[in-house]
Amino acid sequence: MPAVSKGDGMRGLAVFISDIRNCKSKEAEIKRINKELANIRSKFKGDKALDGYSKKKYVCKLLFIFLLGHDIDFGHMEAVNLLSSNKYTEKQIGYLFISVLVNSNSELIRLINNAIKNDLSSRNPTFMCLALHCIANVGSREMAEAFAGEIPRILVAGDTMDSVKQSAALCLLRLYKTSPDLVLMGEWTSRVVHLLNDQHMGVVTAAISLITCLSQKNPDEFKTCVSLAVSRLSRIVSSASTDLQDYTYYFVPAPWLSCKLLRLLQCYPPPEDGAVKGRLVECLETILNKAQEPPKSKKVQHSNAKNAILFEAISLIIHYDSEPNLLVRACNQLGQFLQHRETNLRYLALESMCTLASSEFSHEAVKTHIETVINALKTERDVSVRQRAADLLYAMCDRSNAKQIVAEMLSYLETADYSIREEMVLKVAILAEKYAVDYSWYVDTILNLIRIAGDYVSEEVWYRVIQIVINRDDVQGYAAKTVFEALQAPACHENMVKVGGYILGEFGNLIAGDPRSSPLVQFNLLHSKFHLCSVPTRALLLSAYIKFINLFPETKSTIQEVLRSDSQIRNSDVELQQRAVEYLKLSSIASTDVLATVLEEMPPFPERESSILAKLKKKKGPGAVSVNELEEGKREGGELNGGGGERGGDNSTIAASNASTPSPSADLLGLRTGPQVSAAPPSAGSLLVDVFSEAGVNDDGFLSSAPPSAVSEDAAPPLPESNELLNKFVCKNNGVLFENQLLQIGIKSEYRQNLGRMYLFYGNKTSVQFVTFTTTVSCPGELQSQLNVQAKPVEPLIEGGAQVQQVINIECLGDFCEAPLLNIKFRYGGALQNLSLKLPVTINKFFQPTEMASHDFFQRWKQLSQPQQEAQKIFKASHAMDTEVIKAKLLGLGMALLENVDPNPENFVCAGVIQTKAQQVGSLLRLEPNAQAQMYRLTLRSSKDTVSKRLCELLAEQF
Amino acid sequence: MIGGLFIYNHKGEVLISRVYRDDIGRNAVDAFRVNVIHARQQVRSPVTNIARTSFFHVKRSNIWLAAVTKQNVNAAMVFEFLYKMCDVMTAYFGKISEENIKNNFVLIYELLDEILDFGYPQNSETGALKTFITQQGIKSQTKEEQSQITSQVTGQIGWRREGIKYRRNELFLDVLESVNLLMSPQGQVLSAHVSGRVVMKSYLSGMPECKFGMNDKIVIDKQGKGGTTDDTGKSGKQSIAIDDCTFHQCVRLSKFDSERSISFIPPDGEYELMRYRTTKDIILPFRVIPLVREVGRTKLEVKVVIKSNFKPSLLAQKIEVRIPTPLNTSGVQVICMKGKAKYKASENAIVWKIKRMAGMKESQISAEIELLPTNDKKKWARPPISMNFEVPFAPSGLKVRYLKVFEPKLNYSDHDVIKWVRYIGRSGIYETRC
Repeated sequence: MPAVSKGDGMRGLAVFISDIRNCKSKEAEIKRINKELANIRSKFKGDKALDGYSKKKYVCKLLFIFLLGHDIDFGHMEAVNLLSSNKYTEKQIGYLFISVLVNSNSELIRLINNAIKNDLSSRNPTFMCLALHCIANVGSREMAEAFAGEIPRILVAGDTMDSVKQSAALCLLRLYKTSPDLVLMGEWTSRVVHLLNDQHMGVVTAAISLITCLSQKNPDEFKTCVSLAVSRLSRIVSSASTDLQDYTYYFVPAPWLSCKLLRLLQCYPPPEDGAVKGRLVECLETILNKAQEPPKSKKVQHSNAKNAILFEAISLIIHYDSEPNLLVRACNQLGQFLQHRETNLRYLALESMCTLASSEFSHEAVKTHIETVINALKTERDVSVRQRAADLLYAMCDRSNAKQIVAEMLSYLETADYSIREEMVLKVAILAEKYAVDYSWYVDTILNLIRIAGDYVSEEVWYRVIQIVINRDDVQGYAAKTVFEALQAPACHENMVKVGGYILGEFGNLIAGDPRSSPLVQFNLLHSKFHLCSVPTRALLLSAYIKFINLFPETKSTIQEVLRSDSQIRNSDVELQQRAVEYLKLSSIASTDVLATVLEEMPPFPERESSILAKLKKKKGPGAVSVNELEEGKREGGELNGGGGERGGDNSTIAASNASTPSPSADLLGLRTGPQVSAAPPSAGSLLVDVFSEAGVNDDGFLSSAPPSAVSEDAAPPLPESNELLNKFVCKNNGVLFENQLLQIGIKSEYRQNLGRMYLFYGNKTSVQFVTFTTTVSCPGELQSQLNVQAKPVEPLIEGGAQVQQVINIECLGDFCEAPLLNIKFRYGGALQNLSLKLPVTINKFFQPTEMASHDFFQRWKQLSQPQQEAQKIFKASHAMDTEVIKAKLLGLGMALLENVDPNPENFVCAGVIQTKAQQVGSLLRLEPNAQAQMYRLTLRSSKDTVSKRLCELLAEQF
Repeated sequence: MIGGLFIYNHKGEVLISRVYRDDIGRNAVDAFRVNVIHARQQVRSPVTNIARTSFFHVKRSNIWLAAVTKQNVNAAMVFEFLYKMCDVMTAYFGKISEENIKNNFVLIYELLDEILDFGYPQNSETGALKTFITQQGIKSQTKEEQSQITSQVTGQIGWRREGIKYRRNELFLDVLESVNLLMSPQGQVLSAHVSGRVVMKSYLSGMPECKFGMNDKIVIDKQGKGGTTDDTGKSGKQSIAIDDCTFHQCVRLSKFDSERSISFIPPDGEYELMRYRTTKDIILPFRVIPLVREVGRTKLEVKVVIKSNFKPSLLAQKIEVRIPTPLNTSGVQVICMKGKAKYKASENAIVWKIKRMAGMKESQISAEIELLPTNDKKKWARPPISMNFEVPFAPSGLKVRYLKVFEPKLNYSDHDVIKWVRYIGRSGIYETRC
């Protein structure tokens, strides 16, 4: 290749590129490339060695061809050769090629790593930077393995140039992000923190990204960075814009660095040191002050940079949530932005305000902007900003402004974007319930909601209305009236019909006095909607009709007529047909008394957390609704005696259906309890009896498959999940053992030597009392001789909402594997409840920790070397492998956790003695986690083989 | 039915746009450009459906012709029309190129008006079109002439006007065939077929009735059965089995269906009488014997022998053998006894050209290919060796038995017509695996 003078770049490359650009068609381009590839191949193949220039040129051409989308499968060797060149341009092209076309050929990787190592150890900063860039660009695991140790050294070495430090910090960040396990913390970490004090702003900016990332994983090790960051920040903030010559961006000193510093501080709680804190507060105040100053430039970059710092500062203030003064100032500042011309600023302001609203200090301040926010909701052009405004309204709502906000949101709902309607509906429903003082207002609001956005009203919302109406006597009449009026609209939403059907069916009598809403009028109104509804709604309406028969005997014939019509009694839908048939028969054979019992008003729903809130939480993803808010929701929800969650909805349909659960109305028919009916002589077996006896059989079938309400007097078999419950308590002594809709059982226990005492707390979650409450504790089989359990009797009556306590004394006689059984029986609303659980008493509860030194441990370990004494298990981790969590669990187990015993610091070893009355069993444990494979190996050795085995089984479930 | 027809240049600019139906909007033009011409991946299907609109395209060098429709049309008809359109344009102004299209802008619109009415193809016979669409501008025509054109265009024989007179009645007949082959390295035929065309040029006076006969197996067998014994012995062996064939519109199909005889009143000038395809008993003019040997990882030795397999008196022409080389070829040395051979890097192949070659001969080329070792473990896919040639006979074995001309009104007979017959066999895709 003729040597072209170095000055005018690579002519051959330029010619080639212009050739390709001039190609008329794809085919011509491919031909040109093929020709060039053949040429390069022949050059690389050629016997005489190529000089650096031509090598560089051909590698460049290959790179260009590759970037055009063609495969390149050669030239790597030449590129690697370029790395060893001393010329910058050649080295650069070599690194470029390698970064773009990473090849997994091990031979090459070795050569490349070698070249990089040479460059890193050279004293030439340019070459070092090139090498670091290459490592960062490739960022593979192999690279990390090779250089994860070297780069920190370069980063903290005293004699490294600033530019190299900068590259090294960013390179390390990249490696840490791709393979955090390979970047080991060491003594360099403390020195990295001190880079925050570096003279060179570039180094600080690069280092802070690294520190932020590292401190998120190991906050403790980087604690010292807080004070350094604060002092750095105060220096920047207080500096005049001319001080930081190169780092002043449109009159804002070092905006990027400031933002990063503020973000780093957000990883930590407020500094405890008063001086540091004072300084930080001063900084934040300065930043807020600066925001008030008139802009120094009209350029958008200036305001962008300034606002970026401001918003970071505000998030820090919110994060600390401890400076009322600053919070209020931040809020006022954001208030100004609410009317800013820039859409992005308005969005950010609304978003930050949402978080401010949840802080107790600034809540009031946020509320002052309500008008602006409402205005934004109405007039804003950008849908995402409107969504934020809606969020903010939700967040700033409290008792004082609830009515206004709910009204505004309702009126907005009519024009709202479809994508946010469902969420808006949920929010309105929650707010209306949460801040309802006057329940007629609540009912109005929700009915309005259904009217305006019926399609977006989910099941939960209307279940909730019904729950609340049923639980509050004072609104029932009003609700019936409102619903009746709402139903008179010519076209009303199906959800409205559902609510209407349910409420009129229950409380229609309350408004029947008025001739305008006489029973027949009510019925006709409901029935006029019947044909427009879907099957579930029709089923609900049928139930409402049968309730009408009970409420207003005068409608009986009309309703029977309807039920008897072919469209009901021969409906193709099984559910509707069955209801029609059964209701018809019920109404014609049952006496008024029976009817009244069967179709009694629904009992109040048990109190529960609002299911709507859960729905909103699910919709927005975890964390979207702040915990704070949730708790508030719970508290407020508790004030109402509403509740019932999903079950409420179920009841509404099931209650009236064919008695598939023993709720009072299903118990109906009184026919099911009557074996005398099925025992009735067949001669008297009219069609009716047949039908009902069959139904009775059906119901029995249902009953035996409904475990919590089993009527049998024997102890029920333990719940299937009781083994899991047991596992929950292997490593802890206190907690909630069991919970269902009716009952909660809490547990608290303490053990010493071979003795233990357990406190059980039975809480009645309903508002109805439990009667004949009895518990028995039994030790099945072998356990009787191994464990001595004595339970004190409990009070037979638990009032609604009350809690009773039971004490159980336990003595361990010998080692055991099974757990004692706890059987609970009581009557709730006439139905016998029978429940069996396993008591969480496991062998490890009787551990006494034993401290011992390393050689002692291994000596004993060796002593217990018989094969049956050892139990080992290798299993996959089912939880995250967090060292602290594992430690806590092992301590909870009852053994002593021995430090500095195992040569591998990752492993855990424990020792303890199990105290039983008969004997003492020494046990040793070793747990070896493998973070890469996410596996554990657990080894247990103890003097008794059954103990090792049982402990191993218990523990394997824990990690 | 065709809703519109667009012609684009290679950049996707619209040169001609003619819309026949209202359901095709202006945006259809852009849709085709964006989705086909400028598509990121090359569009290989000739039919593209974009937003319920079907685009049928053919490409002539750099020019795209696209027919557009929203209806369920017969795709074969549309393509037939597009090809015909290309023929017509070639007949009027030669090669279809951007410049020619721009220069004959008005003419093309005139043609499009004539050959397509409301999306239904009309007369596309060049001879007939030329009588009333001329490139010379408007000639003032007498009333008689005009009515003559009308009666001819609307009449039963739209492809030929009356009153043609030649001093010499001449007739040229070309049998053009292209032979396609795929052969295994061992010489086993994996697939082979011949697609052929019979192209005629007739300069005959009056309205002559022609009858064309060839050695079609069905016709020959029928004659044999008919009892005339003299022909069967001679031609029975030489008859060929035609798999399928299509005819020019002048051929009387009813007669072909019933008697299998091809009779027609020919258009004046050049036209394609029939197209056919055969798959049995094909005479393969050349045999390629490849020999590829890999010597280590960096060298490849190739030897290819070609044998001509036809009468020694005949001469094959324009022979070209294309031997693909691996993608990591770094150097090639070629030795050949006959013709010229060259390594063409841009096409990744050795191209060996021989001008002429007589029958029953053989020739040989050998090449040494140097390879650059690569990291790729992929093996070279060994694409087949392909060949191009031209031979003066029909590889299908088709023979013209007779072409009789009857003109009852004018007084010239079959014997007075001068007839020329020519056979040309060309290679289609003629490949041998190696």
